Amino acid sequence: MLVQALGQAMLLGMHIPDGFLSAPVALLWWVLTIAALAVAVQRLRGFDERRVPLMGVMAAFIFAAQMLNFPVLGGTSGHLLGGALAALLPGPWAGMLVMACVIALQALLFQDGGLLALGANVFNMGVATTLAGYGVGMPLIRAAGGRPWGLIVAGFVAAWLSVMLAAFLTSLQLVLSGLSAAVVFPAMLFVHAFIGVGEGLITVAALALVATTRPDLVPALAGSLDARALGRAMSRGAMLTVTFIGLAIAVGLALLSPLASADPDGLERVAEDHGFIERALDPAYNLLPDYTIPGLNGPLSTVLSGVIGLLIVFALAYGIMLLIRGRQESGQETTR
Amino acid sequence: MWHCFQRGLAGSSGERYNTAMALASSLDPYVDRASPVHALDARVKLALTLALVLALALVPAGRWLALATIAALLWWAILRSAVGPGLILRRAFIAAPFALAAMTLAFTRPGAPVVTLSPGPLTITITDAGLVAFVAVILKTWLSVQAALLLMATSRFTEVLGALRSLGLPSMLVAMLGFAYRYLFVLVDEAERLLRARESRAAALPGRRTGGTIAWRAEVLGGMVGTLFLRAYERSERIHAAMLSRGYTGEWRSLPARPLTSGEQGLLITGAALLAAIVWLAHWR
Repeated sequence: MLVQALGQAMLLGMHIPDGFLSAPVALLWWVLTIAALAVAVQRLRGFDERRVPLMGVMAAFIFAAQMLNFPVLGGTSGHLLGGALAALLPGPWAGMLVMACVIALQALLFQDGGLLALGANVFNMGVATTLAGYGVGMPLIRAAGGRPWGLIVAGFVAAWLSVMLAAFLTSLQLVLSGLSAAVVFPAMLFVHAFIGVGEGLITVAALALVATTRPDLVPALAGSLDARALGRAMSRGAMLTVTFIGLAIAVGLALLSPLASADPDGLERVAEDHGFIERALDPAYNLLPDYTIPGLNGPLSTVLSGVIGLLIVFALAYGIMLLIRGRQESGQETTR
Repeated sequence: MWHCFQRGLAGSSGERYNTAMALASSLDPYVDRASPVHALDARVKLALTLALVLALALVPAGRWLALATIAALLWWAILRSAVGPGLILRRAFIAAPFALAAMTLAFTRPGAPVVTLSPGPLTITITDAGLVAFVAVILKTWLSVQAALLLMATSRFTEVLGALRSLGLPSMLVAMLGFAYRYLFVLVDEAERLLRARESRAAALPGRRTGGTIAWRAEVLGGMVGTLFLRAYERSERIHAAMLSRGYTGEWRSLPARPLTSGEQGLLITGAALLAAIVWLAHWR
């Protein structure tokens, strides 16, 4: 019930409003964001300054693309966040600035995400998503040597990972600001494991369409793809490979998450929070009886609960996929 | 333009941005009103808004007097702004869904138990410290959104961009933001046309499950996103060519910002000092 309500809230987005982040956390991420954007502006200066109109329109494109959605299950809908797509289409540095503009506009025009929290929001959804999307996506595309499955796997993994990374960073900031790690991490990563699958599918299809129709536009994809083969996107084998790679990365992330949050940042808050996290573990785990791991406490328990949660997510996703496929196949037989 | 597809689209995000866009367009009328707050330089307003939001974040939970003082300062400005206070208070609930996440504070913070609920097999203990933390976060979020709303309802977007430039945002980013704002509504229209086209080709009976697997639906949507990208890209090429033909060289020129008057400087310093004093008193008294 609680996790569901949380899920509904998180589903609406990762835009942290003001009031949630403690001042040191918000300011720390402002510094990180300013540093990343300064590097991006430096990289594009002179070389790409003429392309400012293009990048501005691309920001408007990402914003509009986030409006597009499709029904998933039970009244929820899948839609795009766009970080990985922005990194793979206009390039990583341009994509970073594009995403920063999108998130800043959402905060300024629609109060979607706070002003003090803007640094954290831009970092989570703009900087981290584009760096991860490009850093993971490009090597995979290159490793595939231009074969179409490279684009499919790379697009999916990059998009899924960028969403999970953004969710992880958002959770980390909330936990550092005093929210309970035992609630925030499982809830955020659980919900975004699904959202990431939608992101991955949309990103792959969008990349495939652009690569097929205008491969000249996209430096990352130019000349490395066979347009005909891309028409048959998303075969069953490719999807399975993607699922297993995703699972492996997810488990890795879950293992890292509490360790990263245990990493002292020099913020005295952290120590204080850890005091309460350990004490808070008991009541919080009562809420999530499935995650109760008797005899364990502290980071190890969070790690295990994270891994278990992810395994459950994947089992659920796989089961639902089988169900849908079964229903579809039986439907086809009866109509034949 | 909004009513056309409000009905058919299942999903939170699309509807959310519809309402968000509708909200944004309905903030425009307030920008043209006349009031002391409207007349104030956007740089001062932006700096004071940021200072107020920072001050709210710095007030420890449970210091209600400090929160109330900041709220009084903010509401004094709202009352002088000729933007209806009801409008701002109501619209400030936009961050309400996220407030659910703060609810967990009420029963994860250690402290003296206040209420113990036991729905089914669960036992939830709400503590006093948790309740204080929860209420503080909700109030801070509500007030912060009000401050941002006041800024945007009393300043033109171009003025805010100018203020951001004066605060040191690189001119490349300022120019990008300006472009994004200019073409936002154009591309949202484009996206609406794509959605309407899909809607008109995807008949569905009410209450019935619509066809296709989730993967197929995602593929359709991915195609729409790709199409939108191509249209946006080609539009940006036309814009760029039109700008080149009018002498654009990649450089951005604007009038130099005028220095702040002593009155504006005084307001800025007084406001910042008041907020600093409130935060200081909240911490050490």
